[in-house]
Amino acid sequence: MSSTSPLILLIDDEKPIRRLVHTSLGGEGYRVVEAETGKDAIQLAVQQPPDLVILDLGLPDMDGQAVLSQLREWLRAPIIILSARDQENQKITALDLGADDYLTKPFSTGELLARVRVALRHAAQRGTDSPSPVFSVGELTVDMGTRRVAVRETEIRLTPIEYKLLTTLVRNAGKVLTHRFLLDEVWGKNHTRENHYLRVFMASLRRKIETDSAQPRYLLTEQGVGYRLAYE
Amino acid sequence: MDDARPNPDALLARATALDDGPRRGRLKIFFGYAAGVGKTYAMLEAAHREKADGVDVVIGYVEPHGRPETEALVQGLEVLPPRPINYRGVTLREFDLDAALVRKPTLILVDELAHSNAEGLRHIKRWQDVDELLNAGIDVYTTLNVQHVESLNDVIAQITGVVVRETLPDSVLERADDIELVDLTPEELTDRLKEGKVYVPQQAARALQHYFQKANLTALREISLRQVAQRLRKDVDAARKEKAATEPWATNERLLVCVGPSPTSAKLIRTAKRMATAFGAEWLAVAIEPKGGGSSLSVARQNVAQHLRLAERLGAETHTLSGDSISPTLVEFAVSRNVTKIVVGKSSQPRWKRLLFGTVVDAILDRSGDIDVYIIRGEPDRTPPPRPFQRSTPVAWGDYLRAAIVVVICGLVGWLSLAMQLTVANIVMVFLLGVALVAARYGRGPAIATAVVNVLVFDFFFVPPYLRFAVSDAQYLITFAVMLTIGIIISTLTSRIKDQLGAARHLQQRTDALFRLTKQLTEVAGPEFLIRTAGQQLQTIFDGEAAIFVRDGPGPVQLRHGENTSIVRNNVNGTVAQWVTDHDQIAGLGTDTLPNATALFVPLIGSQRTLGAIGIRSNDFERFTDPDQGRLLETCASLIALSLERDQSVIEASEAKLKVQAEELRNSLLNSISHDLRTPLAVIAAASSSLLEDSSDQSESSHREILQTIADESRHLARLVENLLDMTRLEAGAAAPKKQWHVLEEIVGSALARTRRHLNKHIVRVGIPANFPLVLLDGVLMEQVIVNLLENAARYTPAGSEIDIRADRIETTVEFCVSDNGPGLPRGSESQVLEKFFRGQAAIADSRRGVGLGLAICQAIIQAHGGKIVARNRPSGGAEFVITLPADQSPPHVLLDEVPHTGEG
Repeated sequence: MSSTSPLILLIDDEKPIRRLVHTSLGGEGYRVVEAETGKDAIQLAVQQPPDLVILDLGLPDMDGQAVLSQLREWLRAPIIILSARDQENQKITALDLGADDYLTKPFSTGELLARVRVALRHAAQRGTDSPSPVFSVGELTVDMGTRRVAVRETEIRLTPIEYKLLTTLVRNAGKVLTHRFLLDEVWGKNHTRENHYLRVFMASLRRKIETDSAQPRYLLTEQGVGYRLAYE
Repeated sequence: MDDARPNPDALLARATALDDGPRRGRLKIFFGYAAGVGKTYAMLEAAHREKADGVDVVIGYVEPHGRPETEALVQGLEVLPPRPINYRGVTLREFDLDAALVRKPTLILVDELAHSNAEGLRHIKRWQDVDELLNAGIDVYTTLNVQHVESLNDVIAQITGVVVRETLPDSVLERADDIELVDLTPEELTDRLKEGKVYVPQQAARALQHYFQKANLTALREISLRQVAQRLRKDVDAARKEKAATEPWATNERLLVCVGPSPTSAKLIRTAKRMATAFGAEWLAVAIEPKGGGSSLSVARQNVAQHLRLAERLGAETHTLSGDSISPTLVEFAVSRNVTKIVVGKSSQPRWKRLLFGTVVDAILDRSGDIDVYIIRGEPDRTPPPRPFQRSTPVAWGDYLRAAIVVVICGLVGWLSLAMQLTVANIVMVFLLGVALVAARYGRGPAIATAVVNVLVFDFFFVPPYLRFAVSDAQYLITFAVMLTIGIIISTLTSRIKDQLGAARHLQQRTDALFRLTKQLTEVAGPEFLIRTAGQQLQTIFDGEAAIFVRDGPGPVQLRHGENTSIVRNNVNGTVAQWVTDHDQIAGLGTDTLPNATALFVPLIGSQRTLGAIGIRSNDFERFTDPDQGRLLETCASLIALSLERDQSVIEASEAKLKVQAEELRNSLLNSISHDLRTPLAVIAAASSSLLEDSSDQSESSHREILQTIADESRHLARLVENLLDMTRLEAGAAAPKKQWHVLEEIVGSALARTRRHLNKHIVRVGIPANFPLVLLDGVLMEQVIVNLLENAARYTPAGSEIDIRADRIETTVEFCVSDNGPGLPRGSESQVLEKFFRGQAAIADSRRGVGLGLAICQAIIQAHGGKIVARNRPSGGAEFVITLPADQSPPHVLLDEVPHTGEG
């Protein structure tokens, strides 16, 4: 393994999961360090700052959410939550605490690898000062430099709010954005709006962008949590 | 040797006699022919023997006759202190039943079985105390003199000339397990008496001159020996029956005695009893009431009731029949009950009447056919029982006054007739009319008086010489006789009609009362209502107060109706209610048991157990001495008991049904889960181990196939666990809907995204209008509903089927529908598919197994939203699930911004 390949810190108390994830990540050329407890994980992260963290919320010594917030105090690397907890409010809490993605067990390794790739690419883009102004996925293209949005080469006319919503998603493409985050981003921190505002605008955005708004290809719903823009 | 087999009926009878609930104590009677033969002594000796064997023996009560030998034997045995009872200033010492029941020894000695208890004790007679001891499982030793036996009472009275009032029902003697005859020759007894060993000297001298004459003693001894011998023969019989001796069985004799109001009936009953005993037969006592009956309170009916009670005490089965004529009714009944012998009293009708009309006895003889008829000389009972409730009808002076007015009117009319020169015959007619009127209206007394006065008035005023009585007027004796006869005939007829009317009305009232009670009891449900209704009806029927006590479970009876009655205010009554419930016997006011209660208590005997007791206190208490009313009360009680029982059984049945359903559900859950969890686990385990043991001769494609299987099965397992968790959350109430305003299309979209893999071979169409209003619901749960419906459709329809998703707003509801064009739901199970663990039978061959929870989860979620879900088949084929959600709140308005004209900022 080359020393330049990304280092991934894998925190899980279940050995079979660690073994499986370690093997699949290793197969993709990533370097992996394992931690069984929260304390070990924090220590390891300090000694050798990872490029990405995969964190289980159910740890024997401390709560995963606590580990998450402690790491987030200084670590900028993306953190992917891998947990058996599937309640929406737990996902929202983790995402609001700074997690970049959330996967529930049971999961497929393919899905995990995809999320890891997206997270690492985001981190890389954040690293460069001028991210590319043009984003494209499938037949959707968003040019933030010229403020043009097109599907299949056809320009789409968006309202200011729709545009702001779309660009917020584009900037975080592949990442789940909670309702609160999106509301804060689009309407400002002091908004008093409720989630249905977001839903109505999202619906109108879909009708403009998607071929079948009932079976969206780009603007995906994470029911009860928020939205995600398809990345690949 | 077929004949050697025991008669099954006899065995059954014996088994039921033995197997009578919890163990009953054994009763041993030390039986003697007179006081002083040494019964108490023998009993105490036996007690000492038992004690030496380690039996827990207690003396409950021993008559303190002041006999030193007896008293010496009392030493060394535990003695219960007697209960002092204050009776008219005298303190009586009585057996303390309650103390004995609390002490509960194995064996208790209670002297003088025939003793009558002092007033204020629970029972009137000591044998009732003993009965209660036996029921409590305590063995009892007791003593008894022959003259106290009820059926021998009159014979002994004849011999000795002394009427013994303290009698013991024969049934008690018959039920005794052991009878030990304590015998002493009359000479020895006389000697003992003279020595002062039986009574104190003055008493002894008096006794020797009267009761203890040698002839008497010999006779008494003979009777008692015969009594015990009879008993012995019966024991032998019983033993022989048990061993199935080969002799043929004598056919069962059944005796019937006909009872009337005449005082001779008592003797007749005792004779019948003795005959029945001699034949070893069961016997019935029957009274015949003329149809229509007389006044219910008549002396005759009271006497009949008294006689029937006597027969009952002597162990007879009693019946009251009603019929126009005695002989056919009686014989018909006798035939219907397989009676073999009829016992009737010798007629006391005067000879001329016998010759003219024949006698009842003759009529019975004519009809009796195969049945033997015994005619017994009647003789008035020497001890006519007191008739406590004999009513003397007050003389109706008003009627006499009115009769006098009629006489005056007759006189005036007669005077007018005379003035109009009418013949004397017409005047007589007028007077006759007066008598007839009085007889019809005011009864016999006034009619006779009117006849007498009318003749006098007629003679005095209307027959010359006027205004005085003449000797020649003797001819008017005929006029008088005619008037008198007509008066008597008419008044008799009238009173008979009146009586019949009264009886008919009485019967009508009774039928009405029972009808009302039955009707009301069947109309209500629930024990509280039943008891309240019953109580109110009892108050109406018996014109008084009613209290109902019910026993729930093992504890004491609880008052359930009649909180404010005087029955409840008297503390004694609660105890009586308890006793009645425990012993299944009538007690309280007017009975022989616990007569100091202020109400009559009747047990509520159901078919399984005794449910409690009814207490009745009537404003007209005497009515309960009428057997009719007593029976009515018992009928009411059993009606109420059966209604309560029926109600209880309905409740129990529905509880049992619920339990069965819960049990079925639990089983189906266990079966379903263990099957559905184990199957994929087994596949995964087998598949993965086959990969591990790979001997590399498997092709690449078979490898992939195995891996695909593992992946499929684990996904299935994951889905299953998810469903179970969802259901658990929903049932625990943890998943109360968190409603927000949603875009329905978005929820459908995310559900479709989640089920894409399942539906890749199906065609899905979504028909939700673009301007569909916002809907208030829990997005996560609703997504789950749609996912489950889509998975279900995917599972039960073949590849290529079409699935339609459609939503409509109908007035204040939102109707959401998922339908397919597959094979549809199994006929008849349309609503069942929504139940937990229901699983379609004819799943498509390659379709996935489910845990039968998906649709139940949908149902639970939709119900939590206040909506409903219906599963049905579409007329055009295929299944359809229609969800109706309430949408009575108007959705919030969201102001959209507009596209800037330039299209770019």
